[in-house]
Amino acid sequence: MSAVVQPHGHAAGGTAAHDGHDHHDHHGGYGGVMRWITTTNHKDIGTLYLWFSFIMFMTGGAMAMAIRLELFQPGIQFFNPDLFNQFTTMHGLIMVFGAIMPAFVGFANWQIPMMIGAPDMAFARLNNWSFWLLPFAASLLIISFFTPGGAPGVGWTLYAPLTVQMGVGMDLTIFAVHLLGMSSILGSINIITTILNMRAPGMTLMRMPLFCWTWLITAYLLVAAMPVLAGAVTMSLTDRHFGTSFFNAAGGGDPVLYQHIFWFFGHPEVYIIALPAFGVVSQVIPAFSRKPLFGYASMVYATSAIAILSFIVWAHHMYTVGMPVQGQLFFMYATTLIAVPTGVKVFNWVATMWKGSLTFETPMLFAIGFLFLFTLGGFTGLVLSLVPIDIQLHDTYYVVAHFHYVMVAGALFAAFAGVYFWLPKWTGKMYDETLGKWHFWLTMIFFNMIFFVQHFLGLAGMPRRIPDYPLIFETWNKISSIGAFGFGLSQLLFLYVVLKCIRSGEKSPALPWEGADSLEWTHLPTPAPYHSFETPPVLK
Amino acid sequence: MARKPARGIATWAHAAFAAVCGFLYSGMALALEWNLQPAGSKLAEDIHDLHEYVMILCTVIFIGVFSFMFYAVYAHRKSRGHKAAQFHENTTIEILWTVIPAIILVGIAWPTTRTVVAQKDTSNPDLTIKVTGYQWKWGYDYVKGEGEGISFVSTLSTPRDQIENKAPKGEHYLLEVDNELVVPVGKKIRMLTTAGDVIHSWWVPAFGAKQDAIPGFIRDLWFRPEKTGTFRSQCVELCGKEHGFMPIVVKVVTQEEYSKWSGAQLKLIAAAADDPTKTYTMDELKKRGELVYAKNCTVCHQATGKGTPPAFPPLDGSKVVIGPKDGQIATVLNGVVKNGTPTAMVGFGKQLNDVELAAVITYTRNNWGNKTGEAIQPAEVKALRK
Repeated sequence: MSAVVQPHGHAAGGTAAHDGHDHHDHHGGYGGVMRWITTTNHKDIGTLYLWFSFIMFMTGGAMAMAIRLELFQPGIQFFNPDLFNQFTTMHGLIMVFGAIMPAFVGFANWQIPMMIGAPDMAFARLNNWSFWLLPFAASLLIISFFTPGGAPGVGWTLYAPLTVQMGVGMDLTIFAVHLLGMSSILGSINIITTILNMRAPGMTLMRMPLFCWTWLITAYLLVAAMPVLAGAVTMSLTDRHFGTSFFNAAGGGDPVLYQHIFWFFGHPEVYIIALPAFGVVSQVIPAFSRKPLFGYASMVYATSAIAILSFIVWAHHMYTVGMPVQGQLFFMYATTLIAVPTGVKVFNWVATMWKGSLTFETPMLFAIGFLFLFTLGGFTGLVLSLVPIDIQLHDTYYVVAHFHYVMVAGALFAAFAGVYFWLPKWTGKMYDETLGKWHFWLTMIFFNMIFFVQHFLGLAGMPRRIPDYPLIFETWNKISSIGAFGFGLSQLLFLYVVLKCIRSGEKSPALPWEGADSLEWTHLPTPAPYHSFETPPVLK
Repeated sequence: MARKPARGIATWAHAAFAAVCGFLYSGMALALEWNLQPAGSKLAEDIHDLHEYVMILCTVIFIGVFSFMFYAVYAHRKSRGHKAAQFHENTTIEILWTVIPAIILVGIAWPTTRTVVAQKDTSNPDLTIKVTGYQWKWGYDYVKGEGEGISFVSTLSTPRDQIENKAPKGEHYLLEVDNELVVPVGKKIRMLTTAGDVIHSWWVPAFGAKQDAIPGFIRDLWFRPEKTGTFRSQCVELCGKEHGFMPIVVKVVTQEEYSKWSGAQLKLIAAAADDPTKTYTMDELKKRGELVYAKNCTVCHQATGKGTPPAFPPLDGSKVVIGPKDGQIATVLNGVVKNGTPTAMVGFGKQLNDVELAAVITYTRNNWGNKTGEAIQPAEVKALRK
């Protein structure tokens, strides 16, 4: 979509010669660790986000391994039920807030300035702070394990009034959620400002790469939803310590109020995670199909439609709390409606591949894996949106399977696709294609081994969040656990592929992907210079 | 909606899947492991049919969409020399793939709505039972209809040894209770759900009946069991440490059996009514107290009285237990409230009667290392009730 006037904005730009020194390797005033602590560069901060996300992914993953280990067979073998609940809670919180969300903020930091022809993010110091809030939040979550009573064992949804019974670990978790929320809101303000104000001349909104569009919409969702979560956990905090009764019937409150507030945040949160993933996939599929995205405008509209709908469907997480029938019907109809724009997206991706000239490098494999499995997760979502069926399946493993298809096969697969796609641009080196493909196939097979069978467990009636189960569920749990161990190990291969690429990868050609056509590929050298566009590229 | 043929296709698809998996189970056993539990009520059957209808629809669409994708993956690959066509955007097709899914959704929403409305209709029940979720057991009170006045608590009966892998696990491991909920077949049963501490959720999959039990509020659900038998399930809302260990067991019996059972229960209740005015001996109280303790206290405070600190403090040597008796009676009656919010030590005043409370308090004051030598009488408990 970008018609090129100046073939190479940076080199051709008149300012490249100022002061006679090359800005490519200029890292500001500090070296070593201080460079990373003080950096205001979007690429450095993007890198920090991505590595932080990977460390959290491994931490949350270790907890998932512990969960699957305990569930390998009936009976209590390794962890007492209390610790088991703590693992399920922290696994969820860490994966959602520590791994998936920061991963996509990392992509946003790296890519958005390059894709819209800007030198950096709008608020560079704020950007630094948004990131550096995260390690503190993560530390609070981890430290909670070592407080009296341990981490909270209430599930990542932190439902009241169970939260009131927890120890000081609950308070640390609440503060961690506050910090994570602040980080997200600041990051979002930065992204919105950057996209709205710093596009190169000629880069109209409707010419932006779709990744920028999905992030623009996501950032608005974050700004709207995160304060609501902060409110919910703050009310829990005051219920715990200051004698309020927001969620306590004895004092005139209502435990279900917490769920309404939480899910008013929680459902947009699903799309906060999914939309940037859609964005990545919308860059990758056209590139490897060597064909423009089929319906660019309709993709933008579909994304917006999903974002708006996401605010009026929250109570479909709560069909069993005892809503009036009118409430159930409204939320059911509104929820099924989301299938329409989601369908538009899936059809668009397939139509983009149709009559393309397809190749299947690792990013494309992950994008196709995403498309296939995310759609499956979308269908189970449709099944769950129907009140009577949801009442059967609510809080069973069917739900666990459903949201892991959306979160892992959706968001995580898209993140892998993005990393493999842009790694050559970021490092100037190629990853090992064979190992990348191995990583994909192992991830794909083990993922389905873990989660496909969990649909059966849920249908057969296994509740989620239990450390031990009746004998009838043994076979599927064993298969699921073996899959989980395989999946966990496969991610070490990913780490190896990335490290190998950074250390000793072969030099990447300037345009490693024939079909890639956004600004970072067409207007910047590979690897991308430290400061992206010192003079804006000119687009026709 | 062609219900019966749909079922046939689904069964065939399931059987095919089973074969692919290569599991050499009998069809029945396998079906139990991977599909909704066999329906025990009309409502559950409607839900099963709806689920199969939607699944078939989804499967067809899924295969349809992805056959395009896989055809493209096969035929439109560069390695086969396929040149990319540069088309994009086509208003007709884009309108079609927006409108057609919307129409399909209406086709799904229509039959679903009927079931939603039916599921919510709790009017005119034959029997009303209140179920109260406690950490971690269920209390049942027959509040209206035949058997009115029956009241009992239903607790996991799987021995700890089986859970801790010291004994082989029984057939109904984790799905067995001391007192089953008994209901007559063919009658409309309305359950009122509530909870005493945190949110629980009462579920019997065979009846398609699930409703959260929310402390301080009463919600309801209904079911009409269509066949006799025992139906098993578990709590489905995370409610703390022992969430996985509070099963729900419903025994559906014929009307005659039910009348016999409820009559016997009511007689038993009358006969076994503890006499709160009697003065009991220390031995009587300790013996009774040990039973009450095992049912209500062991999970947290442990049989050894050592608890699992810091969440669940020990009773052996506890200042409250060996301190003034009024203090302990008040604690057990009303629970422990810290900073205005209840803790895991809930009040047992509503669950246990004066004799049971006197017995369990006497037991804890004169067991393990605790040697107060005091026998607490029911009258003393009664005096401290608010």
